[in-house]
Amino acid sequence: MDEYLPELLARLADGFAVTLRMLGWSALIAGIVGTILAAMRVSPVPPLRAFGTSYVNIFRNTPLVVLFLLAVEGLPTVGVRISFEWFAIITLATYTASFVCEAIRSGINTVDVGQAEASRSIGMTFGQSLGIIVLPQAIRAVIPPLASVYIALAKNTAVAAAFGVVEATGQLSNLIRDFASFLWFSFFGIAAGYVIIVLVISGIAGMIERRLAVVR
Amino acid sequence: MTVPAPVPESADSGSGPLVELDDVNKWFGDLHVLKDINMSIDRGEVVVVIGPSGSGKSTLCRAINRLEPIEKGVIRLDGQPLPAEGKELAKLRADVGMVFQQFNLFAHKTVLQNVTLGPVKVRKVKEAEAREHAERLLERVGVADQADKYPAQLSGGQQQRVAIARALAMRPKVMLFDEPTSALDPEMIKEVLDAMVDLAKEGMTMVVVSHEMGFARTAAHRVAFMADGRIVEESTPDEFFTNPKSERAKDFLGKIIKH
Repeated sequence: MDEYLPELLARLADGFAVTLRMLGWSALIAGIVGTILAAMRVSPVPPLRAFGTSYVNIFRNTPLVVLFLLAVEGLPTVGVRISFEWFAIITLATYTASFVCEAIRSGINTVDVGQAEASRSIGMTFGQSLGIIVLPQAIRAVIPPLASVYIALAKNTAVAAAFGVVEATGQLSNLIRDFASFLWFSFFGIAAGYVIIVLVISGIAGMIERRLAVVR
Repeated sequence: MTVPAPVPESADSGSGPLVELDDVNKWFGDLHVLKDINMSIDRGEVVVVIGPSGSGKSTLCRAINRLEPIEKGVIRLDGQPLPAEGKELAKLRADVGMVFQQFNLFAHKTVLQNVTLGPVKVRKVKEAEAREHAERLLERVGVADQADKYPAQLSGGQQQRVAIARALAMRPKVMLFDEPTSALDPEMIKEVLDAMVDLAKEGMTMVVVSHEMGFARTAAHRVAFMADGRIVEESTPDEFFTNPKSERAKDFLGKIIKH
């Protein structure tokens, strides 16, 4: 029995490596796109506001699996040739960006409107006002909802298993098939892996929150 | 770049009226808050706008740097009509200092940073130069010893004096004060008014929305009395406070004096 353990653990590790890679890239892209969308939604330019609002309405309200299907089936018809893993990353990032946008916007709304008015009154542009005055004060309020968004993202990476990406959850199906007698071991190994990822995310969020609490 | 003279802080140098309002009208939905406002403010002139709450005086003050856009009419600053949203507007706002009722100091920046931020980010003044100017301004309004604190650590009166320094740091052509003492405890009002009187004496062009009659009598050249979105009466402070002409003004003065 012990002779199988190293291979089983190695494959678990492989699975989580893919999960973490997908999580890392989609979190990064969603963070950038979500921030840009939030800036659009509070900008003084009506077309930008309309675009931001439409984006959020479309991608936040569509089931993730439907978006996955659309990406995997639809993007190749318009000539996009990338790996399934990258299809998954793009889908997850597109979907999560709408939640990131709303988390940031809720944070912006906690900052007194007088702060933006004061920055505009000394001649700052919209970008300066947002970047130098409003966002730095919004971040504290943004961290808790943003952590929830990223925790959901970590678990949503599992959906990619259904589309042929052999990440942690995909590995679980394979392990159940290949090492039937290790069913419970495999299952708890996978579960523990997700728990650790989530604990790391909330740990980082808590750390940032504490650090920001010291300022002012 | 030459070192500018310490006083006055104003960068103004042109001629003709500095602020002109022509038939300015504004609505909040169905509410007509500014009705056919015509006003011309000369260089170095100090105008106090007075009136009951809801009369539109704050809106008038905020319209001059387009924190409130107007629906009809023209506002000209130094001969230039206010531009719409964008870089041009930002540039114009840099020339108009604004002091708010609630101070609105940048909460996450120190007092010194509050004052240097505008010159450095907007005027592209060198950090050291902005700092030197800021220290001088903080000295002037009497809060130099608070430079490294955050706004929340200061009293209301100190915060408002920092806000005045922050606006002056941009070397504005005109200063707008939107009820600068209304949120202050009584014992802190004087220190803010003193800073404003000094500024007026130096020849700064000022529009002050305030009920402070003492300030109006000491420093103002003109009082504009507003009610229901209109300028009902305009005269010298002495004339207005001792011999108001309109019934609205008499009624208003009766209410704020007798108690």
